[in-house]
Amino acid sequence: MDTVTIINALVSGLLTGLVYGLSALGLSVIFGVIRIVNFAHGELMVLGMFMALLLFRWFGLDPLMAVPIGAAVLFAIGYALQHFVVRRVSYLPDHMQFLLLAGIAIMLVSGCLVIFGPDAQGVQLDYALDSFAIGNLIIDKVRLYAAIAAVAVASALLAFFKYSSTGRAIRACADNYLGAKVVGLNVDRLYALTFGIGAACIGAAGCIILLLVQVHPYLAPAYTLLAFVVVIVGGMGSLFGALLGGMLIGVSEELASVVLQPSMKTAFSFALLIVVLLLRPQGLLGRVAR
Amino acid sequence: MTSKKSAVTGKAIRRRSVLAGGAAVAAAVPLRFAAGQGKTLKIGLNVPRSGIQANFGQDSVRGVELALEVLAGKGYPKVEIVHVDNETKVDVGRAQAEKLIDQGCTMIIGCYDSGITSAVAQVCEQKSIPLVVNVAAAPQITDGRFKTVFRNFPTGPMIASDAFLLQKEVYEIAGKAPKSAVMLHANDTFGTSQKDASVRLIGNFGMPYKFEDVISYDPATRDLSAEVRKAKATNAELVWIITRLNDAIMIVQEMVKQRWVPMGIVSTGPGPYDDPFLKQLGKLSDDIINMVPWFDPNKAMSKAMIAAWSKKFPDRTLNTSVSHSFEATLIALDAYKRAGTSEPAKLIEALRKTNIADNVTVGPAITFDDKGQNTKTRNSAIQNRGGKLVSVAPKQAAVTKPIWPMRAWNARG
Amino acid sequence: MNDLTPFGRAALLAFAALLLAVPWIASGYVLSVSIICLYLAYMGQAWNLMLGFAGLLSIGHALFVGLGAYTSGYLFTKLGVPPAVGVVAAVAVAMAMGSIIGYLGFRFAIGGVYFALLTIAFSEFVRILLDHAKFLGGTEGMFLPVSQESRRGVDLVNLRGSTEMYYYVILALAAGAFLMCRALLNGRVGYYWRAIRDNPEAAEAVGVDIFRFRMYAVLLSSGMAGVAGVFYAFYYNNLFPEQVLGIERSIEVTLAPIVGGVGTLFGPIFGAFILTPMGELLTEAVEGFKQSGLIAKNVKTDGVKLMFWGLAVALIVLLKPKGLWPWVCERLRLVKPPGQRG
Repeated sequence: MDTVTIINALVSGLLTGLVYGLSALGLSVIFGVIRIVNFAHGELMVLGMFMALLLFRWFGLDPLMAVPIGAAVLFAIGYALQHFVVRRVSYLPDHMQFLLLAGIAIMLVSGCLVIFGPDAQGVQLDYALDSFAIGNLIIDKVRLYAAIAAVAVASALLAFFKYSSTGRAIRACADNYLGAKVVGLNVDRLYALTFGIGAACIGAAGCIILLLVQVHPYLAPAYTLLAFVVVIVGGMGSLFGALLGGMLIGVSEELASVVLQPSMKTAFSFALLIVVLLLRPQGLLGRVAR
Repeated sequence: MTSKKSAVTGKAIRRRSVLAGGAAVAAAVPLRFAAGQGKTLKIGLNVPRSGIQANFGQDSVRGVELALEVLAGKGYPKVEIVHVDNETKVDVGRAQAEKLIDQGCTMIIGCYDSGITSAVAQVCEQKSIPLVVNVAAAPQITDGRFKTVFRNFPTGPMIASDAFLLQKEVYEIAGKAPKSAVMLHANDTFGTSQKDASVRLIGNFGMPYKFEDVISYDPATRDLSAEVRKAKATNAELVWIITRLNDAIMIVQEMVKQRWVPMGIVSTGPGPYDDPFLKQLGKLSDDIINMVPWFDPNKAMSKAMIAAWSKKFPDRTLNTSVSHSFEATLIALDAYKRAGTSEPAKLIEALRKTNIADNVTVGPAITFDDKGQNTKTRNSAIQNRGGKLVSVAPKQAAVTKPIWPMRAWNARG
Repeated sequence: MNDLTPFGRAALLAFAALLLAVPWIASGYVLSVSIICLYLAYMGQAWNLMLGFAGLLSIGHALFVGLGAYTSGYLFTKLGVPPAVGVVAAVAVAMAMGSIIGYLGFRFAIGGVYFALLTIAFSEFVRILLDHAKFLGGTEGMFLPVSQESRRGVDLVNLRGSTEMYYYVILALAAGAFLMCRALLNGRVGYYWRAIRDNPEAAEAVGVDIFRFRMYAVLLSSGMAGVAGVFYAFYYNNLFPEQVLGIERSIEVTLAPIVGGVGTLFGPIFGAFILTPMGELLTEAVEGFKQSGLIAKNVKTDGVKLMFWGLAVALIVLLKPKGLWPWVCERLRLVKPPGQRG
């Protein structure tokens, strides 16, 4: 394996990893604040992908342009989900929350199956297969755009949480639930907002990922698992941790493919997950769990 | 304490409603001796209509329905098809097979997935009901362990052998043969068995190339750039892929992105001939040659099948699942006609003597050996051209010459 | 038994009698479905031990089933070891894996959702390893030899026989699991488990070795799952890593006990007997709607059943979070209220 290939592999891994990170941002936000593990993560993303697909079919809208719409719609869904459903089970033990979200996930997947059918569907764009060539380095255009979008979204989120009053209120709820209530914050509404924001991230990620893969109803579980691996490695509740975790997974998968058989690369990611869970369960950039 | 009387009545009412409810449920439960054997043959269709292989299952259903239409006017007796969905799960497939038999089916067609086919074959064996396999490639299904299974689909090793023979024909017509090859296969049941068979059998055919590398990937992966990069690094001239649908699309897209133009791409599995692939990639899907079980467009029955299909499903491609489900139905109806009864034992006897010359797939008349396998069925080489599939080999089934080597990605009109 | 009201006792006896009679009165299809039901009831009982008594949520239990299945399958196919003997090895391997995961979980103080993710990671990791293990068939599958003659008669040593035999085997397993858990729960081990579950600090303060008793629960749970794996291997006679260890199988195992009631004894059984028929009835209902013309025949309904099924599960969690079984017990007066127990 020559150097050119290895460098191409690393660059590609980094960019892909940023996209993974983008898809995991939503999970990180939701868990970091509400402490709910969203097992319907992949399904929500597939919903976002289908939406971007419809917008492309009906209006010829480029998925990158569809990002704000996808984010908005998913925000509404996420808000409603938290407010009407998830809120009622927040006091229940973990396994009940898991089952509720798993049930919702099953409903979403089968709904997509009934409406869209099992066939894989995608968008056809002129620039989707272009690449930049810098000497011997070939960089995939779409992956680069997706990576830039990921960083942009993460930065926007960080700014929101750091500088806006709503953002700070949400962080207060995350840090000290009781205290937040005592000072009069409407925690329920803030939680719903947070779920909405997390879902919006997932929606944005879905629109962008539609440029890279075809969508079909059974895509969801793989993305849910991937998001978990990324977020655990990077740190639950840390935005840049999600990006960092994504990049780590992206690069390690590339290297594992080069050194071992590519069919084992997911096993490698799971092994990494196990090691991180054991040695540093809060992840690289996460805060120590209370 | 509440009045004793009302407590007792309350209990009695609840008990009664529970028992009544239980009786209602029990009445709906099919009892053991309820199954009968009517006059018309009932055929159970056990395929995945949901789950990860749903698109293949739904294509199978279309193939069966098409066959019923086309064959109705040709003197075959009427049959009743009972549909079930095995959800791409072994336990569901097995239970649904039992249900079909309970409902009076004396023949089953199925099951697309090899694991499910094997489990259903066991049920059929126990109940002495014939199973006509439309699509399933694991060799173990017809290695002699089952006496009531009849498979009109090639086994994995047969597909691999045929692929070498078809390639030789193509290279001869084109006058150019690759000197090196790389195999990129999905690490699932079909992909691995194909890979094993190809690697094991290549020595028997005197091919002009050897495999520089064999790369297996996880078919559920979201990203194939690393795998394609590894394949590209071999500089092989022939790219041999065995994929499912989504990964096939990703592989070609990655090859374009990484600016890799080999001499040609050959596929021996599903994917490159499927509608979503052709639609998604447009002219980038051209020139791939699929060496898979297919129909022979020059045969009379095929022409009837194609005509009926284009009327019924003008936007969909007639693919393997359709053609082989069509033929499975043909085999079923033919056996029923000769047996003259829907009794399973007679049907099995009739199936053993099957000899159908007026068929749709490539190869001579349909016959089964003593293990229930049609060893003479052959594959086709079909090439993607402008969103359609054209037969380029073997000679008797060809309609045009193959394009080999493939055109560069940006050199397509 | 003395916790049950007279009605409860009668109901239990009627249920047991019905279960024994199934092969005589039911069709082949109902028999198959009943086997699936009992299998899930048994697995639910095993899984319940780990959550209800050791407090660990496992979403990777298919791993233990898979290890048991492949171990006994391999021994039978390659070395001719009958499952009656092979089950010992199967349980050993499953318990070994259970002990690793349990030990890691306790040693590194991983709980709640992190532990669940740990179980998923191990399960997927082993599944992918099995995909690449050629000597176990890999993705091409391991096929156990099966012959026409072996389908008649009863051969418990080799687990070969008619479907009725398999039914009674899984019935015995499910009943045995139930009775064993009941005995344990009412004994000393059960008291320690309940103490650890309800208040670990207090339990430790009075000298209960939390680690040891939690490990017992984990070992028992994984061992039981290993036995289920042996049954699976010899009933279906083919093993593919995706089918046996896929994450859907792990999730499937958790549904019955959660719906029935985690930590209760009969909950997993009740849950299994509610969910499985519910799935079948939904399929029938959709077919029925099509036949009667309420829905046009060519409307695509593949997936509708699953949608309603998911909805039902979500509703049960929202409305009856403790599980259906405690509620049913109360409404039908199957058990005596706490104040009246002897």
